[in-house]
Amino acid sequence: MDISLLYPYLPVVFAALMGIAILVYVVLDGFDLGVGILFAVAPAGDRDRMIASIGPFWDANETWLVLAIGILLVAFPIAHGQILTALYLPVAIMLIGLIARGVAFEFRAKANDDEKWLWNRVFFAGSLVTALSQGYMLGAYVLGLRSDVIAVQFGLVVALCLTAGYAAIGAAWLIYKTEGDLQKRAVGWMQRALLLALVGMIIISLATPFASPRIFYRWFSVPEILALAPLPLMTGFLFAFLFWQLAFLPDRNDRFSLVPFIGMTGIMVLGFAGLAYSFYPYVVPEKTTIYEAAAAPESLIIVLAGALVVIPVIVAYSIFAYRVFGGKATELRYD
Amino acid sequence: MAESAFDPFILSRIQFAANISFHILFPTITIALGWVLLYFKLQYNRSGDQAWMSAYFFWVKVFALSFAMGVVSGITMSFQFGTNWPGFMETVGNVAGPLLAYEVLTAFFLEAVFVGIMLFGFRRVSNRVHTLATFLVAFGTTMSAFWILVLNSWMQTPAGFEMRDGVAHATDWWAIVFNPSMPYRLAHMLLASGLTVAFVIAGVSALRYLLGDRSSPMRKALNTGVALGAILIPIQIFAGDLHGLNTLEHQPAKIAAMEGHWETKSRAPLILFALPDEDTRENNLEIAIPGLASLILTHSLDGEVPGLNDFVLEDGTVKHPPVVPVFFAFRIMVGIGVLMLLVSWTASWFLWRRRASEEALPRWLALGLVPMALSGWVATLSGWYVTEIGRQPWLVTGVMTTKDALGPVAGGMVLSTLLAYLAVYVLLLGAYMFVIVRLAIKAARAGGTERPDAGPAGGTAIPGGPDAMPQPAE
Repeated sequence: MDISLLYPYLPVVFAALMGIAILVYVVLDGFDLGVGILFAVAPAGDRDRMIASIGPFWDANETWLVLAIGILLVAFPIAHGQILTALYLPVAIMLIGLIARGVAFEFRAKANDDEKWLWNRVFFAGSLVTALSQGYMLGAYVLGLRSDVIAVQFGLVVALCLTAGYAAIGAAWLIYKTEGDLQKRAVGWMQRALLLALVGMIIISLATPFASPRIFYRWFSVPEILALAPLPLMTGFLFAFLFWQLAFLPDRNDRFSLVPFIGMTGIMVLGFAGLAYSFYPYVVPEKTTIYEAAAAPESLIIVLAGALVVIPVIVAYSIFAYRVFGGKATELRYD
Repeated sequence: MAESAFDPFILSRIQFAANISFHILFPTITIALGWVLLYFKLQYNRSGDQAWMSAYFFWVKVFALSFAMGVVSGITMSFQFGTNWPGFMETVGNVAGPLLAYEVLTAFFLEAVFVGIMLFGFRRVSNRVHTLATFLVAFGTTMSAFWILVLNSWMQTPAGFEMRDGVAHATDWWAIVFNPSMPYRLAHMLLASGLTVAFVIAGVSALRYLLGDRSSPMRKALNTGVALGAILIPIQIFAGDLHGLNTLEHQPAKIAAMEGHWETKSRAPLILFALPDEDTRENNLEIAIPGLASLILTHSLDGEVPGLNDFVLEDGTVKHPPVVPVFFAFRIMVGIGVLMLLVSWTASWFLWRRRASEEALPRWLALGLVPMALSGWVATLSGWYVTEIGRQPWLVTGVMTTKDALGPVAGGMVLSTLLAYLAVYVLLLGAYMFVIVRLAIKAARAGGTERPDAGPAGGTAIPGGPDAMPQPAE
């Protein structure tokens, strides 16, 4: 078989891989960041168990961001430069937030009890700053990387709502991984965060088609509107279902404790699917397509070969790690 | 040319240097420390001596700290290619892309699961799985280093590609990966990691020793660190010589700057100290050994050694790197190498001679080992400055200059992020060293045991020894 027959499909394959990596990052690091954000409302006695619920996972979860940005860099180098120069300050702010969150975790694990307050704050601040900057960047991207006043205001609103989304999935993770009073509190946190996340999804869903005539027609032309209607309908159903389910949690036998996390993941998947549909085939909105930005096929083939070998192994071993550290969160020990 | 204080080119270079300097400190530790941890684990498996496991538990905390610092600072690099230097990937992305991809995938392979199990899984998985996880972490960090060194080496000595319409295209991946400088630079860097870790372990152990800790875990770590340093430093000196010969062949301008030679000549002197003056293009206050540079670089007294003036074009354009930083960074690196040799061999002698004694180190030597904990970092940074500044003005030698890659972001914006990064890095570096010193103090007070409730024999009580199955989590 002639390998060059694959060449025309490579941009789509890498766009899909990048999209999946971003989605996995948002879900996995989303709950990590969410737990960090909830530090602000958690009583001091809860925080050790909250940290323990994400401790074995945060390193790997964060790395999906590296994979996503790595694919953008490797497969779409022109787009990487265009997007990141346009988002220069929010990127730097996010990186500093990630640095603060990451190191706070490790330093906190080795701190004396009387020093933990400092790393608690760094952990919270790092998580919050990261979430806000990611939300701001999402808002900027949705509006086509413009830099006018409306775009800045929109970015700030989306920043708040993505932060709420992360808080919601963080709370969902805590419902699954903790028990007792903390689990009860997590239910309340999720109910409040979910409301703001809902507002955010509505705002983005309205803004995206009106930011671009192309996107408007992709969603609202007949018959596309009929085929696409299930996306918002299912999303709405999931929100309603979650609000209903949360009223009954935590169950005395801990049944359904994973349901909020699965539901929140479903919402994120549906939201992401909507965005992906809106922006395809552009990687830089309304400016550069995945085909125009793609690296040379002889290089993409090399990367694809490596990715096809390693990514399934990553997934398999990730599942193994989640099983090893499954169940309710316990004290993290090195020895 | 009067350059503005807000020149985005200068500021972006300083920011890249700050980010990469901070970042490199931590892989330098995690690469070799992973292997040392595996060594501790294997010794425990072999002997059942719980002191090895206590040493493991102490140093795995240092690994966790270093790993986290490396991960979070490493993420900045993936973004910086785009935020400040988009021209790099636009021009050579077809070559750099796959190499970066393999580095990301390798690091990912490592990070996805094995670090979590290595750090927290000792009581949750079998001893064999835990040992395997430790090995895979060590292997993964080394593979990650391999791919980064392949790319960086390719930027120094590009091969296996052709330019079409101003864009590099790969024609021979084997030639790209095994480009002329790669084997030397990979060896040099891996040895640098080994030496850094050797002296960190020796220095921190010496600190525990000075605090009165005479425990078996402390002594095992001290012996390991000192022996590792003593073994690796002569190899590093030899590898450095081979690397120098390779650089002479492929990057003569860098050699000229390292040596501080302005004129090409045979019987070139080895300049021990000087103040190179790039305006008058001569050395002031020069102290040199006649003919020694030719001997070292060409293994012959009559060998010709390149001079910087060969790299100035007729129109006055300078094509060699800035001389002063390369010249001094090289001497700092070599000086520390000599110091490492002296200290590690002296310490080895004492530890061997007094192997039956708890008082193996004279106080002056223990005091000397403590600041040597930083020596590997300083030498590694100096070495990287030689190699990166020494490549200038090229970003990819002969293909594109650093200025070609610069992005459109305004200087003021770069300055604000540079200041933010610098502030964060200073705070984190201070916190990092503080925590390690405090870990050492706690361990010394605990008499080498990781838990205050451990038995009087020392070492953490591990039920059943290395072959026991994990106890169910309480």
